Amino acid sequence: MMRGPAKLGRRSVWKWAAGLAALLALSLGAVAGGSGDGATMSSRTPKPTLVIEKGERCVEDTAYMRRNHMKLLMHQRDDTVHKGIRTEKHSLQNCINCHASSKNNSVLGTDENFCQSCHSYAAVKLDCWDCHASKPKQQATAPAPALAVGMAATAGGKQ
Amino acid sequence: MNEKNANPIDQDRRQFLTASAAMAGVAIAPGVLLYNIAHGKPADQPVSNAVRWGMLIDTNQCREGCDACVKACGEENGFGHGTRETDSQWIRKVELKDMRSGQTKSLPVMCQHCAEPPCVDVCPTGASFKRADGIVLVDRHICIGCRYCMMACPYKARSFVHERITDQNPDVPRGIGCVESCTMCVHRVDRDQQPACVEACAKAGHGAIIFGNLNDPNSEIAKRIAQYATMELRADLKLNLGVRYQGF
Ligand code: SF4
Repeated sequence: MMRGPAKLGRRSVWKWAAGLAALLALSLGAVAGGSGDGATMSSRTPKPTLVIEKGERCVEDTAYMRRNHMKLLMHQRDDTVHKGIRTEKHSLQNCINCHASSKNNSVLGTDENFCQSCHSYAAVKLDCWDCHASKPKQQATAPAPALAVGMAATAGGKQ
Repeated sequence: MNEKNANPIDQDRRQFLTASAAMAGVAIAPGVLLYNIAHGKPADQPVSNAVRWGMLIDTNQCREGCDACVKACGEENGFGHGTRETDSQWIRKVELKDMRSGQTKSLPVMCQHCAEPPCVDVCPTGASFKRADGIVLVDRHICIGCRYCMMACPYKARSFVHERITDQNPDVPRGIGCVESCTMCVHRVDRDQQPACVEACAKAGHGAIIFGNLNDPNSEIAKRIAQYATMELRADLKLNLGVRYQGF
């Protein structure tokens, strides 16, 4: 039976807190561990079976991305929609281009896919994909031929 | 004109002109001059009100029965060709008839990108907004789908997305429960490309739509507006539209 800390003595509170911290650390480790590794830590803790296709050199540290990817995306989304700033670094399209699964070419679809695995593990609703494409843009979309002279001049070397 | 296109000599002449125009573009390209004057902005810079994007539609060039612009819009932005009642319509061909003379005109109508947009006035969430460069947009992250803006728009320019959408163009996120309308292909404009409808119309040989910076007196659109009589739809509403029509 679980008892709240209020009913316990001082030492028990510490024990209880330490236990809780250990549990937290375990579950975080599970998220961080990815598929396969960390299996020795605890067989009782389920882990997401995350397959990171190309995660080695992300735009920020892995630890930072884990905690802050949503903030980066939120910032970028407002900059893009309202100010027309379309840099690649923190763009959702950039995430997808790098992390889409090699199996179904998407970040959604199975619980092994990059976004879906952690989100379904953590039961955090993921509604970006109600509107955004979950697949990278098909190649061969070369910039359309510029029509006006001015356009021709501006199109050079900038994408 | 169709007859003109059929004339081989004119076609040659046209190709020559196109080629020389392209060469002129290349010759000027190494300098930053045109880049600065014209419209482009570096990808990491915010849009500014130094530019005001606009369109000029020459109704004399627009062909009855041609819907190249409508098709191109649907393809670029990822919706059907207005075949179902619930399909979005960002641009539509409208037939006008002078009841006395019987004369008809056919012209495209889309979001007019008002300087004083009524949709922005009524939107309770701030989702409808005008970019600094005059493009009126819906921020779908904020839109709650109340559709006030659809009621407020004098041009019936906005659509509501009724069905779940998949396989969007990654550049054009669209989803159920949001209102949407012509964005002037903002994702292309930000990359110094023309809106899809403008390109399609030129490709179809009509060139009835010109896109450009209204604030730049050297842009083709500004020159044409200075030279010819053009009008705004429902000019009495004094909304200062980004889309103008020529040839009435
Ligand atoms: S439908 Fe969306 S954009 Fe239109 S008024 Fe309502 S919240 Fe604003």
